[in-house]
Amino acid sequence: MKLRGRIWKFGDNIDTDAIIPARYLNTSDPQELAAHCMEDADPEFVKKISKGDIIVGGSNFGCGSSREHAPIAIKAAGISCVIARSFARIFYRNAFNMGLPIFESDLLWGMVAAGQEIEVDGDRGSIVIIGGGEPLAVTPIPPFMQALINDGGLMQHIARKK
Amino acid sequence: MGMTITEKILCAHTELKEVRPGMLINAKLDIALGNDITAPIAIAEFKKTGAKRVFDKDKVVLVPDHFTPNKDISSAEQSKILRDFAREQSLAHYYEVGEVGVEHALLPEQGVVLPGDVIIGADSHTCTYGALGAFATGMGSTDLAAAMLTGEAWFKVPESIKVVFHGTLQRWVSGKDLILYLIGLIGVDGALYQALEFTGETVAALTMADRLTIANMVIEAGAKNGIFAPDEITTAYVEKRAKRPYKFYASDPDAQYCRVINIDVSAIEPQVAFPHLPSNVRGISRAGEVKIDQVVIGSCTNGRIEDLRVAAGILKGRRVAPYVRLIVIPATQEIYRQAMQEGLLEIFLDAKAAVSTPTCGPCLGGYMGILAKGERAVATTNRNFVGRMGHTGSEVYLSNPAVAAASAVLGRLAGPEELS
Repeated sequence: MKLRGRIWKFGDNIDTDAIIPARYLNTSDPQELAAHCMEDADPEFVKKISKGDIIVGGSNFGCGSSREHAPIAIKAAGISCVIARSFARIFYRNAFNMGLPIFESDLLWGMVAAGQEIEVDGDRGSIVIIGGGEPLAVTPIPPFMQALINDGGLMQHIARKK
Repeated sequence: MGMTITEKILCAHTELKEVRPGMLINAKLDIALGNDITAPIAIAEFKKTGAKRVFDKDKVVLVPDHFTPNKDISSAEQSKILRDFAREQSLAHYYEVGEVGVEHALLPEQGVVLPGDVIIGADSHTCTYGALGAFATGMGSTDLAAAMLTGEAWFKVPESIKVVFHGTLQRWVSGKDLILYLIGLIGVDGALYQALEFTGETVAALTMADRLTIANMVIEAGAKNGIFAPDEITTAYVEKRAKRPYKFYASDPDAQYCRVINIDVSAIEPQVAFPHLPSNVRGISRAGEVKIDQVVIGSCTNGRIEDLRVAAGILKGRRVAPYVRLIVIPATQEIYRQAMQEGLLEIFLDAKAAVSTPTCGPCLGGYMGILAKGERAVATTNRNFVGRMGHTGSEVYLSNPAVAAASAVLGRLAGPEELS
């Protein structure tokens, strides 16, 4: 899996209320949620992004509520993946379960500016900053999570095990 | 080598003889919970598999509490998905408006969650039940779908942090202040992926209400679960509520902890989390002049009868400051009735508070008390992120019920000492 896109940069502790405010949680329709993706962190976000763009976050990305609407909104908005210094536990789990690619890199955040292009190689676990230097290694995905990805999410993984 | 209470409970729900931090395990579930926001996605995923029946109709719990009584047509549609599914599956634990309460106040009160259980909920504050000596953690909707299907969930066994509270609590200091103080100390990711185990002489004397408040907010430090070893206070709370057997676990003396935090509570005054993180904590004496527009007393954190008694004690014979709204939300119908019988509702009405039927409503900025741009609220709830209770230009200050009630009277962030 190779993902190339422009990056949108956010700081530490981006909470799920910022990713998808609760006032929109009276629906679980992905397109309706996508229309408000990141709205309370950047009201213009969905107008500015293009399909395939990448979110780069600081530490503890996705903290707060357990709402799976957060990774659903990000994926449905056309964001190809999220790379953060670290993820909050439930968001991390949700992303793998529903199929939003996410990667941890402690270094990337400090090396890129908004608008730069990067390419993520999910299989090799590396990130190339376009026009930048050597590829960066992402924190390896635990084998169990890799199995979830390979099977296409948690429900498919369970169906396969049965 | 010994195990912690968290490790022991998880282990007892597997075929394994022992578990260690970092191990990936499949554990059997005693309860799997969803609400009107998270369950619709879980039910859709469940149905996609072609499954006809949930693994156990007594162990899948649906609580429509976030946008109920239905705030609009979309939320009515979501609640209807839960109602139809509960009826179709003959779920033992579905709570209709009129019986429903805020889930994490309701389930312990009704004896649905018990000591020794492994509980998952598609709600981040599911960690509340650790107060009873259960392993309880929040997950997402897909995890709930898988749980409803299989009766199991996968877990990475967490490392444990031992938090030792010692010393005597000052007047007006409660469980809320202890957990805010801890979050201020370790940060919003200070316990990421880890268990927070609470112990010490102060804990032994804490009421179940205070323990529930503390366990409720461990997610605000990133923790997977919070837990208290059950004792006679636990027994007194659960023995009259339980309708099935339960089991007490305790950590072994040689259990391993990744960190031990000792806190002398006698030095702690009532705490307030300033915008926009639960870790942005100061003592009330350092609050400064913060004018407020609204106060909310309620939620899964502080909407229990003990919280209402504290607030009523301060509001008795006083009234809410001009141009300030006080919204009081008993967290369950039983609490509502109790408050009525004790005369607390009359005190709230005399003080010019609005008293609401149980709902999560304003805590998450859903409805029933949304803030306009520039407005400030003091709330006994659990999160104060940007836009949490309304406009992104509004602010939420988290406190205990005593500070919230005193602030409502004075129209500014203030401690109860200022009223005496």
